Amino acid sequence: MSDARVVALRRYGLAGLIFLVVIVAAVMIGPSGPPAWRVPLALLDRLPLVDISAGVSDSQWAVVWEIRMPRVILGALVGSMLAVAGASYQGVFRNPLVDPYLLGAAAGAGLGATIVLTVARSQTSTWPIDPVPTVAFIGAIVTVFATYAVGAAFGRTSSVTLVLAGIAVVSMVTAVQTFILQRHSDVVREVYSWILGRLHTATWGDVRLVAPYVVVSVIVLMLHRRHLDLLRVGEDEAQALGGSVAHVRLVVVTAATLGTAAVVSVSGLIGFVGVVVPHVVRMVTGSSYRSVIPLSVLYGGAFLVLADIPGRILTDPAETPIGVVTALLGGPFFIYVLRTRQIAT
Amino acid sequence: MSVVEFRALTVRYGRAVAVAEFSFEVATGEWVGLIGPNGAGKSSLLRGAIGLVPAEGDVLVDGRSLTAMPRRQRSALVAYVPQIPTIPEDMTTHEYVLLGRTPYVSYFGSPTHADREIVLDVLDQLDLGGFADRRLGEMSGGERQRVVIARALAQDTPVLVLDEPTSALDIGHQQQAMELVARLRAERRLTVIAAMHDLTLASVYSDRLALLHDGELVAEGTPAEVLDPDTLAKYYGANVKVQIEADGTVVVIPRRGGGERPS
Repeated sequence: MSDARVVALRRYGLAGLIFLVVIVAAVMIGPSGPPAWRVPLALLDRLPLVDISAGVSDSQWAVVWEIRMPRVILGALVGSMLAVAGASYQGVFRNPLVDPYLLGAAAGAGLGATIVLTVARSQTSTWPIDPVPTVAFIGAIVTVFATYAVGAAFGRTSSVTLVLAGIAVVSMVTAVQTFILQRHSDVVREVYSWILGRLHTATWGDVRLVAPYVVVSVIVLMLHRRHLDLLRVGEDEAQALGGSVAHVRLVVVTAATLGTAAVVSVSGLIGFVGVVVPHVVRMVTGSSYRSVIPLSVLYGGAFLVLADIPGRILTDPAETPIGVVTALLGGPFFIYVLRTRQIAT
Repeated sequence: MSVVEFRALTVRYGRAVAVAEFSFEVATGEWVGLIGPNGAGKSSLLRGAIGLVPAEGDVLVDGRSLTAMPRRQRSALVAYVPQIPTIPEDMTTHEYVLLGRTPYVSYFGSPTHADREIVLDVLDQLDLGGFADRRLGEMSGGERQRVVIARALAQDTPVLVLDEPTSALDIGHQQQAMELVARLRAERRLTVIAAMHDLTLASVYSDRLALLHDGELVAEGTPAEVLDPDTLAKYYGANVKVQIEADGTVVVIPRRGGGERPS
């Protein structure tokens, strides 16, 4: 057993290290700002009890801290959340291909954003706080709730009825969104750029908005790792073993959905992270949720921060939507995973 | 080591009645074989009894109502081996058998050192000690069956419910699995209720048989009493010869020219 503990510690240590290195490296990169090698020194200098003269001017530091850092931290939060939500959804629905958008979080957020950007843009454009994230968040929650209600109307909710309900609700919501978009073709571009995801507008305000949801959601999901492992033997057997399947499903889906809705509302719909990252983690460490959940948090964050780098340097300042980068990286990788590996639940 | 008492247990799927007012008592340490043609309601009865499908009526274990107690408490009394267990291929034997300790772990808790020790003991007892770190996907059908029984054993319940546990195994592995259950039953004084497909196998291992047909209990008694050619013709539509061996084993032999379904 102690051997296993050493292996586990090494695993988490490595993942944590990669996470940190990626974040620091990402903050070092970017137009203007201080020379890259001075950035880690400047960061160290900010730590309590550390005093290093990094040779970074205040204006250079402002670029690092006010422009790059929020974007990197937000990317890490979004990536962590999407990956851990994906892993959790895959556990609850016993299907390695589902993502955090399965029950309509993405479609609902998309509809919410579309409504604000089309119907209500002229009224809200002067508001001090942009209502798009809030309405997207509400749209995501309402849609997932509708899916749950429809699933419950079928009678005894099982994961299969929930998935079917999700398909129905998502197609209706998407249809409404398409209809609205068609009648407001002037803002199609703006809506699509929102949908495809972006981190470049990130501020510390966004980070503060999203962080509490992500933290609470991750804690709840971490506490349910054992239950997700129990669900791997199927709903019936999990119940026969004393598991509270319906309760666990509700709690896990609620936590994962709240977190997903929160990050989607500020970052748009970033695809593939929720499927690809948990898969890589499973390939590396095996499929016990005891390790898949925490490692998805770390690698998900690192992956999205990395995926954001090309968008920051290649086409700056035009910016490539991060959803495009993750899908372009994720698509081929996903096919590779499907071809080379038997799907394990 | 427990008496199991079925009291008018009824299972319905919509309007269809799968099990109709099944009443039956199983003594401490007894092995009752549940037999009946396909669709007679054997699985529904067992699933209803442990709360996997909604059921009316009640099941008492040592006088305590299973339907009234929380799921975790119930799982500490009755262990269930399904007909076709779900095998997560990536899970190791140890992880899988450890799931049997679920009834004893609190909601936010994790298995204790004692739980892990129990699992190691069970694995040793079932000659699975060397398989602890083996992934289930790498094991043969017979080995998996033993692992599933090991999980039920780790549950440490006085009652063991088996739903046609050997239907996917060849005759040798069937026998090994049944012998294993019989041995554990003797060692731990387990009360065993097993739905069984093979009538001869059922007669070899069961103290008593209960014959279900269309959800109703139509015959009960010792294997020699229940496995009568006329009864089997009536409820299975089978043309068989029944032979009783010197040691009391009842052998059911199919004959040519049968196979008409009963009306």
